[in-house]
Amino acid sequence: MTGPLLSVENLSISFGGLKVIDGVSFDLEEGGRLALIGPNGAGKTTIFNLLSGVYRQDTGHIRLGGEVIDDVPSRKRIGYGMARSFQNIRLMPHLSVVENVMMGQHARPDRPGRLLAPLSIFGRSRARAEAEALLAEMGVEVAPGQDVSTLPYGIRKKIELVRALAARPRLLLLDEPAAGLNETETGELMAFLDRISDSGVTLLVVEHDMGLVRSLCDRAVVLNFGQKIYDGSTADVQKDPLVLEAYLGPRHAEDSAKEAENVA
Amino acid sequence: MSGYWSGIITLLSINVVFAYGIYLAVATGQLNLGGAGFQALGAYAAAWLCAEQGWPIWATLGASAVVAGGIGFAFAFPILRLKGVYLVLGTFAFAEVVAGVIINSDALGGAMGLPVPEYIDWHVPAIAAVGVALFCFYLMSTRLGLAVRAVHDDDVVCDLLGVDVRLVRVALFALGAALAGFAGGLYAHAYTYVEVQTFNASLSIYVLLYVLLGGAQTAWGPLAGAAFFTLLPELLRNTLPALKSSLYGLFGADGSMSPPDESWRFVALGVVTVLMMVFRSEGLITRTMVERISHPFRSTKSEAL
Repeated sequence: MTGPLLSVENLSISFGGLKVIDGVSFDLEEGGRLALIGPNGAGKTTIFNLLSGVYRQDTGHIRLGGEVIDDVPSRKRIGYGMARSFQNIRLMPHLSVVENVMMGQHARPDRPGRLLAPLSIFGRSRARAEAEALLAEMGVEVAPGQDVSTLPYGIRKKIELVRALAARPRLLLLDEPAAGLNETETGELMAFLDRISDSGVTLLVVEHDMGLVRSLCDRAVVLNFGQKIYDGSTADVQKDPLVLEAYLGPRHAEDSAKEAENVA
Repeated sequence: MSGYWSGIITLLSINVVFAYGIYLAVATGQLNLGGAGFQALGAYAAAWLCAEQGWPIWATLGASAVVAGGIGFAFAFPILRLKGVYLVLGTFAFAEVVAGVIINSDALGGAMGLPVPEYIDWHVPAIAAVGVALFCFYLMSTRLGLAVRAVHDDDVVCDLLGVDVRLVRVALFALGAALAGFAGGLYAHAYTYVEVQTFNASLSIYVLLYVLLGGAQTAWGPLAGAAFFTLLPELLRNTLPALKSSLYGLFGADGSMSPPDESWRFVALGVVTVLMMVFRSEGLITRTMVERISHPFRSTKSEAL
């Protein structure tokens, strides 16, 4: 494949006259780690919903692996190699841990278990064994038959990621993966995401925690009021005057910029 | 076998088939309060084909499932656009429409009902109930069954995971309608008479209660619910008079007294329903419970945290 894995070109969408995303473009190379950041209401989650097909953009194009997926319904986009996690964990509460992961296999062309073939005979099957192996490989140490609803938040977050991985995606969309996690859990999650990235999966991350963004991603796209105001390395993002203005307001931004100069 | 027991087995078997019909829709998260309508379709299809066309029993029973399933399939497309309480009301209205059409139709005997010339004894419903139960257990053990339970929990996520949510819902609703119609066909031949008053709103409510109180998470639920609520009134038939006598005995009354009114059995049923909703709203049988019973030595609590 030549060209970027994900290419977003001049994307716009309005809700009732309010332009939520306004002409946003960016590319993401295969194997890259890109952070999508911005103040509240900047349109980060809207971009995710456009990418996964929950919304349809008014203008612009989305390309995945070189193919235009504008008219691909949300259900079929996972078949193009895109999986996602959610801002608030969305596991199926009445399914067990391993059953949730098995749902991640659903769209795979080499899916274990046909639609009308028994998935488990006395609890054993290829699909289940594969899901259990993936859980073990990613270090999620819980009983596979356990109810997900009783598990701690940090573990459910990991299970949701394992479910996304079970689809064997090329691109993983992560919506605030560290939200609601404590320091230890965040550290574990970072290591977890590093392993996912090292296995060749491309990451697109929405995150507020700048420390996490800097240590996980090398590049950031900053949005403000639906427009892209920065696209570059995460190391320099906090020195950019437009970004400072978006986060702190114009006056404070000037002060901080001077301070930064003085320090330098 | 005595007439009493064969009667109970017949009723239990028909209720089990009926409950599985509603269960298949409920398992995808769609409450179907139109059960009586689909059962009436099946019952009248079987009765009419048997009485007017002289079809053999195996054919009328098959037709009862096909007619109800076909109408259920056509009806599923518009009705499954509704969600939550609106869907419940929509299916409820469907059952009323079916009853209205039947009662105004001369060919189907109107309010008089239709006699069914061919009789089946308890063997046929019993075998049918076992077959339907096995089929539903099989269905729920497949990947489709897993998708069904997942759609019940979160249809948006299922869509993003590549599940054709609409297909799953329509297929299961139609299949459920076919089973409810099949239960109607069995009813027609077992009781050799169909009249539209039988297929009333409380029948729809009861069968939905069987499923919800039995538990909609696993295929054990409708079996347990239908068995419990079919056998409970029979159990109370003997214990209620005894209870009344002993209560009255406490206050010094004795001698012969009239047994409690029939309706008291349904009061007891109502009390059980309320208690179930308060203390075990997920139904009698849950997935965790089945997991614990089938793997008694595997802890469902996580040890390594």
